[in-house]
Amino acid sequence: MVATSIVAGLLGPVPKLYLLYETIRNVYFHVPMWFAMFVLYLISVIYSIRYLSSGNTHHDLIAVEAVNTGIVFCFMGLLTGMEWANITWGEAWPNDAKTNGSAIATLMYLAYLVLRNALEEEQKRAKISAIYNIFAFPIMIVLMYIMPKMTDSLHPGSGGNSTFGDIDMNNQMRPIFYTAVVGWILIGMWIATLRYRIRLIENKRNQID
Amino acid sequence: MFKQVKALVRKDIVLEWRSKYAINGILLYVVSTVFVCYQAFKSVDTLVWNALFWIILLFASINAISRSFVQESPYRQLYYYTIVSPKAIIIAKIIYNIFVMGLLSAIAFTIYSLIFPTPIGDPLLYLLAVLLGSISFASVFTMVSGISSKTGNNSTIMAILSFPVIIPLLIVLIKLSQNALHGLDRAISAGEIFVLLAINVITITISLLLFPYLWKD
Repeated sequence: MVATSIVAGLLGPVPKLYLLYETIRNVYFHVPMWFAMFVLYLISVIYSIRYLSSGNTHHDLIAVEAVNTGIVFCFMGLLTGMEWANITWGEAWPNDAKTNGSAIATLMYLAYLVLRNALEEEQKRAKISAIYNIFAFPIMIVLMYIMPKMTDSLHPGSGGNSTFGDIDMNNQMRPIFYTAVVGWILIGMWIATLRYRIRLIENKRNQID
Repeated sequence: MFKQVKALVRKDIVLEWRSKYAINGILLYVVSTVFVCYQAFKSVDTLVWNALFWIILLFASINAISRSFVQESPYRQLYYYTIVSPKAIIIAKIIYNIFVMGLLSAIAFTIYSLIFPTPIGDPLLYLLAVLLGSISFASVFTMVSGISSKTGNNSTIMAILSFPVIIPLLIVLIKLSQNALHGLDRAISAGEIFVLLAINVITITISLLLFPYLWKD
């Protein structure tokens, strides 16, 4: 699905719009990154909650690996976004509510990883980082989705701008866009489960039998 | 439950009143930072004035609240664990911290505007912003200090964990107080006040739900 969306995204027809022109193809890459990141963080929070109620270390492992993969997607989203902003808005880092919000959210999840490194004992580490993860998630939502809606933002869909889908996307773009979104989300989940399995194997090897 | 909370808050206040160490230290810290800022800037426009005030308050509150769990020895915490419910403890800590922060920010604001006078368009709204700010600092930092107290090396983790979490609150607070400084119509600021209250309610609920897991160690 990702391969299709990349090929179609680079070659397929797009509407010619003022200021955007061919860069509108970036919508196939930039936006799905954030969706994939969001889904991964959501998985992580769900498994953190499940860890707290069950105490099963496997749930904790899933939560960590989901965050690890999510951060990679977050950085890719930031990079593609900066590239796009450089062309359309004139600078790589415009002072924009959503951009700043996502940067701070990234910091928050990096802090989550630092917190994990700071704790030695496994049970304690799993529990405390799960608590921080659940604590941080609603604040991430506020930062990335609610605050930009309130203030003026350059991104579409916030600060009174119309959403992207309403005006800019024509019917040729829509299927490719949805394929890209689903594809990248699945890729993210796939990578996360791979990493989770590797961790399981490592754990098994480290056990003394 | 209610009785437990009351007893715990009273215990904290009495303990603090006996030593007066924390509150005096923080007060001295606030006064000296205000004075340093005054010496460095002499006169500033309202934008910088507002930002400086919130930065001073932010650091003062981190210093004040990071202590809230560490000051008590593990043995005493074990004792609390046997006699009161964890929810009562977190509520008591939040209430006590709100109380301390309210006092602290009121004093900080008085000293700041005394040394560093600036025309405020709508003083009542500014005071409300300060009050809301101290409540939100207290509710967020109490939980974070609970987490960081479990990790051992306290101050670094506290700073790393709390800064990203507090930034959205701080942005809204600075905007609200800026509105107050310019004396804009209060209807404009209603949205910000609502968001602040909503974030507070969310953080306190999450703290209530999560603290029992943190406490049980």
